[in-house]
Amino acid sequence: MEILTLVYIGCFSFFFGGTASVFANPKTRHNLYIFPVIGGIFMAAAGLQLINGHEFVMLPYSLTPYLDLRFNAGPLAGLFIFAVSVLTSAVSVYTIGYAKGMQRGGFKGLFYNLFILSMYAVLFSGNIFTFLVSWETMSIVSYFLVTFDRTESSTIAGLIYALMTHIGTAFIIALFFMLYKYTGTADFDAMKGKMELVPQEIKNIIFLFSLIGFGTKAGVMPLHTWLPRAHPAAPSNVSALMSGVMIKTGIYGFIMIGLDTLGQCPEWWGITVIVVGSVSAVVGILYAIMESDIKRMLAYSSIENIGIIMLGLGASLVFRSKGLNALSSLALLAALYHVLNHSIFKGLLFLSAGSVLHGTQTKDMEKMGGLLKKMPYTGLFFLIGSVSICALPPFNGFVSEWLTYQSLLFGFETSSTLAKIITPLGGAALALTGALAGAGFVKVFGISFLGLPRSEHSANAHESSSPMIWAMGFLAVLCLLYGVFPGIVIDNLLSPVVLSVTGSQMVPAKAGMFGYAVNFATYTPALALTLMLVAFVFAVMFLYGMGGRTKIVYGESWDCGIPALNSRMQYSAMAFTKALRQIFKKIYLPRRELAVSYIVKPFFVRSIRYKGEITPFVEKHLFEPLTKSIHSLAERMRELQSGSLHVYLGYILITLMSLLILLRCG
Amino acid sequence: MMAIGSLQFLIILIFSPLVQGLIKTLKAKMQGRIGPGVLQPYYDLLRLFKKEMVVSNVTSWVFKATPYIVFCSSLAASMMVPIVTAGFSFGAFGDVIVIIYLLALGRFFMALGGLDAGTAFGGEGSSREMTVAILVEPMMMLAMFTAAISAGSTNIAQIAVSDHAVYTPSHLLALAAFVVAVVAETARVPVDNPDTHLELTMIHEGMLLEYSGRYLGLMEWSYCIKQMLLFTICADIFFPFGLVAREGLEGLGFSIAAYAIKMTIMAVLMAFVESSRAKLRFFQLPGLLGGAFVLSVLSLLTYIMMGTK
Repeated sequence: MEILTLVYIGCFSFFFGGTASVFANPKTRHNLYIFPVIGGIFMAAAGLQLINGHEFVMLPYSLTPYLDLRFNAGPLAGLFIFAVSVLTSAVSVYTIGYAKGMQRGGFKGLFYNLFILSMYAVLFSGNIFTFLVSWETMSIVSYFLVTFDRTESSTIAGLIYALMTHIGTAFIIALFFMLYKYTGTADFDAMKGKMELVPQEIKNIIFLFSLIGFGTKAGVMPLHTWLPRAHPAAPSNVSALMSGVMIKTGIYGFIMIGLDTLGQCPEWWGITVIVVGSVSAVVGILYAIMESDIKRMLAYSSIENIGIIMLGLGASLVFRSKGLNALSSLALLAALYHVLNHSIFKGLLFLSAGSVLHGTQTKDMEKMGGLLKKMPYTGLFFLIGSVSICALPPFNGFVSEWLTYQSLLFGFETSSTLAKIITPLGGAALALTGALAGAGFVKVFGISFLGLPRSEHSANAHESSSPMIWAMGFLAVLCLLYGVFPGIVIDNLLSPVVLSVTGSQMVPAKAGMFGYAVNFATYTPALALTLMLVAFVFAVMFLYGMGGRTKIVYGESWDCGIPALNSRMQYSAMAFTKALRQIFKKIYLPRRELAVSYIVKPFFVRSIRYKGEITPFVEKHLFEPLTKSIHSLAERMRELQSGSLHVYLGYILITLMSLLILLRCG
Repeated sequence: MMAIGSLQFLIILIFSPLVQGLIKTLKAKMQGRIGPGVLQPYYDLLRLFKKEMVVSNVTSWVFKATPYIVFCSSLAASMMVPIVTAGFSFGAFGDVIVIIYLLALGRFFMALGGLDAGTAFGGEGSSREMTVAILVEPMMMLAMFTAAISAGSTNIAQIAVSDHAVYTPSHLLALAAFVVAVVAETARVPVDNPDTHLELTMIHEGMLLEYSGRYLGLMEWSYCIKQMLLFTICADIFFPFGLVAREGLEGLGFSIAAYAIKMTIMAVLMAFVESSRAKLRFFQLPGLLGGAFVLSVLSLLTYIMMGTK
């Protein structure tokens, strides 16, 4: 089918689903989410065609003689469209079950579909005006979704989100103006050919602005403060979309401008991105492991994964600046694979978290426990998502991390000492985040799903409905497939995109559909899986030979002989990572309040009040002083508005006289 | 050689309890005791495999799956490593990063198994194990990266057979860092005490506390396999003598003898480290492991500054 047809059907599906849900009967409204599913499938097909090089150009719609909406897309956009579509379909299936009986679901359905359409519009944008309009729409609609439940925390979250995204957009507008001014054209395609008209200093500024502007949307440190507030506040299906694909539009913008359009680059661009990525990754996961709220933890983990993607992009920039295009392609491949992977496993994790929230009515890990027995499917899929995000073989997270490691290690091939030092240290940062993520997700899964229930919420939990389970299952299977068959993914999805951006094929061959090879280092996941299965068969046979059938007697957990083991004696979420809070206290700057009241001091304690918290570094030391100084500036400026008509007339007079003098002298 | 190559993991599978027994006996001798005998771990394993299991009713299927996952990942990792011949690890097998992350997969599930019983001991073991892993992983990866960079690939056989000089300062620093990492990963004094029976001092043992019977047997065997695997990796990366394939039966004999000597040296080293040190308090570990991390960074910088080879 032609791309244009696919896109039309897809967009119409979303549109219809959105408008219909406003007018639908609340009891059956949730079934209307089948339309986004259909839309997603068609758009995924369109994305695949775009990746494989089919052209897509629509005639521009002229709104005014100077502003026209231009939609076209190439392989890079096609990849992101594919990622968006896959996750959209899965999340929409989930929502069929999730939206049952939801309050004010009509408008939620409308906003949901509009949000997805606006993301597609961003990806399909062919010129500056279209991009900015779609970008704004996306931000505004997601603001409405974030503040949908109208609680105080989500209102504040929405406000911070709106502020920060507009700061980012300001930078994006500025860089687009600069591009327009120097190249004389507003079309992205035409711009690429005219980049030699832009002087190098301006290119540097454009690059920095794109890093800041698109980085705000992506959640790069230190511009990430909106993420941990906004993603938990939104409903779970929207959180999955926001974390899975909306922040990737920031990455798309950064690749489009920073890598694709700007062309040849100096080395310090790549080094900056690597440093920014490492800081994002390490600090992001450090904050994640301290969280007791599941969704906040997942939000911080998204910041970490964006950092990993930036590591790959930074390496790509460094290689490009040295002219090593094949290595640059490898690094870009690693980053794009991680984009795909993250959208899948983060979507899966947020959907499972939503399922947990739905089943227990709480987000607080400290109130959970033993959920694996009450919600077996959610637990299994959450486990698969956790194993994937911790980059453990044979799931998909490991493939993109392995590729990122390889591309960073190749930094040694460049001739500059700075690159030789920074890239392996980036690899060490990657190892650190991998280990930290392991701790974080053992904590999340272990505290929430294993052990004894810590409260009534989790003791009375119930499993989610079928559509929710099917959606999570689909994503979990994708995690496995993307992990075990990287060759297929690379050949069909990623190679053409990388080729289109860097113009060169990657460093040597692929080892067939089951593995991937880079300069003598190979990773063949199917092999690792086979070896593990062989070992398993051996273990089972050996044990049977040794001791016959498994004989199990069930009893109590080891309780040191003290009866009445209860759920309070388990580790709590805060306790699990307390050691890390102590070890990294220079970063966390933890504070605690301890108030003990005694019946007989110091032997008999009546009650203990404990409060511990960590300092969010960037918020406290960057944004709070900034907002304070803006407030004080605003206070001063308020003095200008004295309320007296005479003063205002005086202002007008002074302004008029100054302008006349200026005109006279100018 | 291919047949030998594909079966060499059996050496690790069969002889890892022997290495463990050797370390225990050496430790005993150094501490003035008689010791349990080098074959004791075999007797223990055989005894465990025949016993009935007691499983806590708080646990879920994760508890039961963990011993198999840990065992399979350790064994799969050891199938990828060149032990007596490097011929098999080229190409499809043997990427250092893959091996380390397979071991990390085992650790992830072991930590989950510790949390599954809903006791404080398991939680403590899991929490501490993941904390130690956080401190150890970057150091180990960086030490291996230095070797990988000098050899031009992360394939472990490639590192082993490449001509990189093993006595440069950068490699010695990396070796020092890697030895500390091995001590930490094999849960030995000064990081953890493998012989302790006090739950307060357990890290590795804490996670195994609830296991009994054949599950415990699998976990103990996996521990021995992981230990011998780490020794092998250390030997392959830093002392690859005897690994380069010589043809014929005498070449194989030479390789096996060289390997046996290397394992004995590592065992003696471990026993010596354990006997001459006291276990560190948990919050003193960042000092030790951070210092080793600095060593690995130094090894990388030294390598860069002193040029290639």
